[in-house]
Amino acid sequence: MSNGLTITEKIFSRASGRPVRAGDFVMASIDRAMAHDITGPLAVEGFYEIMRDEKEKKVWDPEKIIILFDHQVPADSLNAARNHILLRKFAREQGIKHFYDLHEGICHQVMPEKGHVLPGQLIVGSDSHTCAYGALGAFGTGIGSTDMAAVFALGKLWFRVPESMRFEVNGKLGDRVYSKDIILKLIGDVGADGARYKACEYAGEAIRRLDVSQRMTISNMAIEMGGKAGIIEPDGKTEKYVRERSPGYRLDEGLKSDEDAEYAEVREYDVTGMPPQVACPHNVDNVVDIDKIEGKRIDQVFLGSCTNGRFEDLRIAAEVMDGRPVAKGVRMIVIPASHTEYMKALRAGLIEEFVSAGALVESPCCGPCMGGSFGLLGPGEVGLSTSNRNFRGRQGSPDALVYLCSPATAAASAVKGKIADPRSV
Amino acid sequence: MARKTKATEMAEAKHAGGLSRAWKFGDDVDTDAIIPGRFLTINDPKELAKHAFEGVRPDFRPSTGDVVVAGENFGCGSSREHAPLALKGAGIKCVIAKSFARIFFRNSINIGLAMLECREADRIADGDVLEIEGNTIKNLTKGETYEAAPLPGFLAEIVESGGLIEYARAMVAKKHKGKKK
Repeated sequence: MSNGLTITEKIFSRASGRPVRAGDFVMASIDRAMAHDITGPLAVEGFYEIMRDEKEKKVWDPEKIIILFDHQVPADSLNAARNHILLRKFAREQGIKHFYDLHEGICHQVMPEKGHVLPGQLIVGSDSHTCAYGALGAFGTGIGSTDMAAVFALGKLWFRVPESMRFEVNGKLGDRVYSKDIILKLIGDVGADGARYKACEYAGEAIRRLDVSQRMTISNMAIEMGGKAGIIEPDGKTEKYVRERSPGYRLDEGLKSDEDAEYAEVREYDVTGMPPQVACPHNVDNVVDIDKIEGKRIDQVFLGSCTNGRFEDLRIAAEVMDGRPVAKGVRMIVIPASHTEYMKALRAGLIEEFVSAGALVESPCCGPCMGGSFGLLGPGEVGLSTSNRNFRGRQGSPDALVYLCSPATAAASAVKGKIADPRSV
Repeated sequence: MARKTKATEMAEAKHAGGLSRAWKFGDDVDTDAIIPGRFLTINDPKELAKHAFEGVRPDFRPSTGDVVVAGENFGCGSSREHAPLALKGAGIKCVIAKSFARIFFRNSINIGLAMLECREADRIADGDVLEIEGNTIKNLTKGETYEAAPLPGFLAEIVESGGLIEYARAMVAKKHKGKKK
């Protein structure tokens, strides 16, 4: 066994206060805990259950808990409204410092944007796409509501330190090919359970070249191959992004995997010349090159979600659309991932471009991604989405079809009225 | 109404004897299939149970003590605890799968839904009648016996203390006791 450690082993060693390796079971201290309107209510119930014999029913640290609403925004049912009331009351009672009501946006965008994610931290969220924080070199992982209840009470949680699977991605992406295409390609190769229980580590020159926004897309989808995290070693770009939000932050040069770290598997890719990728129904690993699916009719295009709803994504889509209207017979829903991203898009004129093109622009939220509220697909309909899942019934009817793609492919398809190669428009 | 196979009738008749009917699923059963997103404002297991597998298998009407049997990566997708809660609410005694997705596995441990990881889960067919004792699964329909992998010690400890809520309660109590000293 070598002495080298992965970035994951280093983070867990710090969080559990002793040197640990992959395979060890640990009780680790949590740096930040995030809950939203879907998984939060059960966590609150669980928390009070844990504390039922305690005189003071106080959370471990009200400054380290982030609660926000993003899935059912604004409340789309009485049940959703009740859940919102329950969480508002909890946040007030507990003095939760970072409580964001309806307007702020999607958890995985708001967390890094508000400076709640720092490289090297151990962050849990009661949402599976918490792995997105790996884009900043944090170990972010999704947990359930009972797990979150325990974190609220103790500030600690049990983990099995995961083995890592390293993806060395080299080469240069072609025009109108993006990090979403890279991650779809990787998931297609590895399969829906190929990284189960493992930390995905993305490295190589193609990853280094990506900006923080595009790195978030790639980390976000680690869970789609079963990964526990999707981590990218922090660098100068990370430092710049984090410093703008946490002014005192300085990059820790040691926060990276050692050269002789041990991996469960190392996979190498060259993305030079790789065409845009599309995930076909009903699994995220059902991935094809764009030419295999071009011309497929669509009813709805959704541009948004924690995967691809940032300003940069909207700008890419607007550039591809280039003033052309959404094709007749197709509806397009655009949802910026957060208030901040919405305002950036507004100031840059993108919102006007989308509305003029005939798209519906909604307030920041998860939107149709989870199929919880609006924008659902009916039986037999076909949706093309920049989100992260195309499970049967995910965005409405179990008889609907959902395809996943990059913002560029979504935009090209919206103006063409069928699945289209963004390089062809 | 779901057609009743002979095995279903047999299972129903024998539930009193601790036997279970198998409800068989394939690989990569995702959490949206177990409980669709539009029902996640519901927090009550019994209410959630009414919608379990609604979109993908409308005939899913288990009797208390039945089991869900699946292939690889059962429960992939969302962190929604509503998924194991819906199965628990439906009276499912345990889930037998070749492998489980990570978050679903954690959630099930935490809420006390039994899981058996068994490489031979494929040998069980829909409607087979099973008798389960510890990690041993007896398939009475086929006359076969399978062994499931035991839980790692650390997790067995959580399960034995009655799930994560109880485990955490004990930890909180211990912490306070320590403070008083």
